[in-house]
Amino acid sequence: MNLTDLAPLAVLLPILGAALTFVLIRHSRAQRTVSIALLSLTLLLECLLLASVWNGGTTAVTIGGWMPPFGIVLVVDQFSSLMLVVSSAVSLAVLIYATGQGMADGDQDAPVSIFHPTYLILVAGVSNAFLSGDLFNLYVGFEILLTASYVLMTLGGTGPRIRAGVTYVVVSVVSSVLFLIAIAMIYGATGTINMADLGIKLAQLDTGTQALLHVLLLVAFGIKAAVFPLSFWLPDSYPTAPAPVTAVFAGLLTKVGVYAIVRTETLLFPGNTLNSPLMVAALLTMVVGILGALAQSDIKRMLSFTLVSHIGYMIFGLALSSVAGLGATVFYVAHHITIQTSLFMVTGLIERRGGSSSVDRLAGLAKLSPLLGFLFFIPAMNLAGIPPFSGFLGKLGLLQAGVELGTPLAYALVIGGVLTSLLTLLAIARVWNRAFWRKPEDAENPDALLLAGTTADGRHDKADANGAPAVAQSTPEQISEAASVLGVSTATMRRKANGAVLLPRTMVGSTLGLVVVGVALTVFAGPLFQLSDQAGQEMLDRTEYIHAVLGDTAEIPPAQIVGGDK
Amino acid sequence: MSVNLTLLSVMGILYACGIYLILERSLTRVLLGLMMLANATNLLLLATGGYSGLAPLYEKDIPAGEYNDPLPQALILTSIVISFAVTAFMLGIIYRTWVLARQDEIQDDVEDLRVAETPSFDAEDDAEIPLETSEFPLTMLGIDGDQISNYPPVGSSEGAEETIEAGGREIAVKDADAEEKPGSQNVTPGPEGGLK
Repeated sequence: MNLTDLAPLAVLLPILGAALTFVLIRHSRAQRTVSIALLSLTLLLECLLLASVWNGGTTAVTIGGWMPPFGIVLVVDQFSSLMLVVSSAVSLAVLIYATGQGMADGDQDAPVSIFHPTYLILVAGVSNAFLSGDLFNLYVGFEILLTASYVLMTLGGTGPRIRAGVTYVVVSVVSSVLFLIAIAMIYGATGTINMADLGIKLAQLDTGTQALLHVLLLVAFGIKAAVFPLSFWLPDSYPTAPAPVTAVFAGLLTKVGVYAIVRTETLLFPGNTLNSPLMVAALLTMVVGILGALAQSDIKRMLSFTLVSHIGYMIFGLALSSVAGLGATVFYVAHHITIQTSLFMVTGLIERRGGSSSVDRLAGLAKLSPLLGFLFFIPAMNLAGIPPFSGFLGKLGLLQAGVELGTPLAYALVIGGVLTSLLTLLAIARVWNRAFWRKPEDAENPDALLLAGTTADGRHDKADANGAPAVAQSTPEQISEAASVLGVSTATMRRKANGAVLLPRTMVGSTLGLVVVGVALTVFAGPLFQLSDQAGQEMLDRTEYIHAVLGDTAEIPPAQIVGGDK
Repeated sequence: MSVNLTLLSVMGILYACGIYLILERSLTRVLLGLMMLANATNLLLLATGGYSGLAPLYEKDIPAGEYNDPLPQALILTSIVISFAVTAFMLGIIYRTWVLARQDEIQDDVEDLRVAETPSFDAEDDAEIPLETSEFPLTMLGIDGDQISNYPPVGSSEGAEETIEAGGREIAVKDADAEEKPGSQNVTPGPEGGLK
């Protein structure tokens, strides 16, 4: 038996976990154990899958023994298994972070019991989308993860979350409807929805029909991936969700869209028919996104805009349709999932420690918590692309691929990429200077938590970190009254009233873990780049993918190249 | 193969109405629009199955071309289930919006409006930086380096010491203009609130 035959377990294990945690909904401890254990098992399995396809050898698993192109296939190749490993590692870190937060806050803020099943279903949907070798199964994967994300987005049902949730749900449903329309039309035109089969049959259609189907798919995936003209929903909806949820959304959901765009461009519609529009979209995504980030004062919103902006880099590499460009895109996606998620996790910690996520109100965190500064600094520099981090390597790969192509548009993208990188540094530096280095007194009505650190009871932070029990259940007004009467710092009182630890060890630990993974991407960039270049090579070639699904006899039509010799 | 014109025109009408409705501000109408879009797409899927045929239950005597294409129907079933779940969730959200805000309208993003209204001037980023920031000023330019700063030396501006009576207390003449506008910093709010 082949190891890759276990690929369906990457989807089934999280779903099984969701069912179990749903049964255990009243036992939060058991729930935590089950979900973390099953997700770790999934991660282990996916690491084995990645190891088995590391040197090539794409395999297709036919579900239920129905032979392709009639049955559903799951395809394990280098790109999909790399995405699986990175996404599961990130989801595991966020899960531990979320349980840490739930334990620290005493499960008061949000109905955490529903969090675990929903979260695991989200992971299952992501895995399904990455593995799917069938267009409709990809749609189902998208729907699984989207439906789970609707619930996570509106967790707790507060006003701002519901407002953001409405935008998010409506936009997602519209994009799903577009995707379904595209599937229907593709089925009408070719009579198949197996992606490998489509790679052969779509080439037989006339160019007008091809262009229609191509654009429909790109628009549907473009909304999900937040590519420029279709990206406005993202900064509107992501920042209001709970910190761990935003972290996992930022890391995974848009990247699933990017993954689908990559598959569309390489497997279904190979060649360079729509490369110029894609390059323009990539340029605009990068520049408009980062300009939006500069205008924000809320860190979460700023990061959401950088997320949009950096999607542009991935589309940039893809639109070059060269091995170097695709390889750099694969590497960049893996890098960006890790870094963006860790930044959102750190922001969650900053919000806990500083009482706010607005740079206007934050100050002096470098003194209050040097560890937090370290946790923020590494991924922030990584995002901005400062050498020697993986962000720099990924961007360097993209720029090299752009220069290699050498068209004016490619050069415009190279310049745009460098500019975006600089502006990212500017946006990050603003947060860094204000939240970490200025004096708390300089901030606009800083939270009492910040000022407390500068007074005598700064020592209490460490003592309380081990879990101060709740001493009072009173309103903030009453507490501050009591505090002024007793002469005790308001912050200490409030912290005790909430019964919450500011920086629980599990939350810091999981964030640190993900930051270390981000650094590891830098250290092991050599083999990883080799892998992603191979993956890019294979995706451009298509032979291995199509042969793995349809057998070695399938004939592959040449890619459509318009204009020039490239 | 003949095209079923009724189905196609119903599909078109559903798409048109659906798109019109999702552009409304009322959430219930948006939901109705989404349902119409989903159903129109189901009809589109059905149309891709080609002409109608026999139920796809295998029998030896019937040639393969006589059957209906079962795949679009399977796809429609899946899509119905999905749109059912989404509709239920949207109804939950709409009810929650009603409970929270007592209105059935999509609401503006407060933070968006705030960012839009923020002036491009930022007190901290765009503040005038004194030319001399060293702790060791050149003595020939004055003890605190004020000779080369952007600001006039303290006490040199005319009328800085003059005061005027306003609101039962004395305020500086240079603050008198600002006093006319709301949001003054010079007057403490009265017992019943008033202007801060």
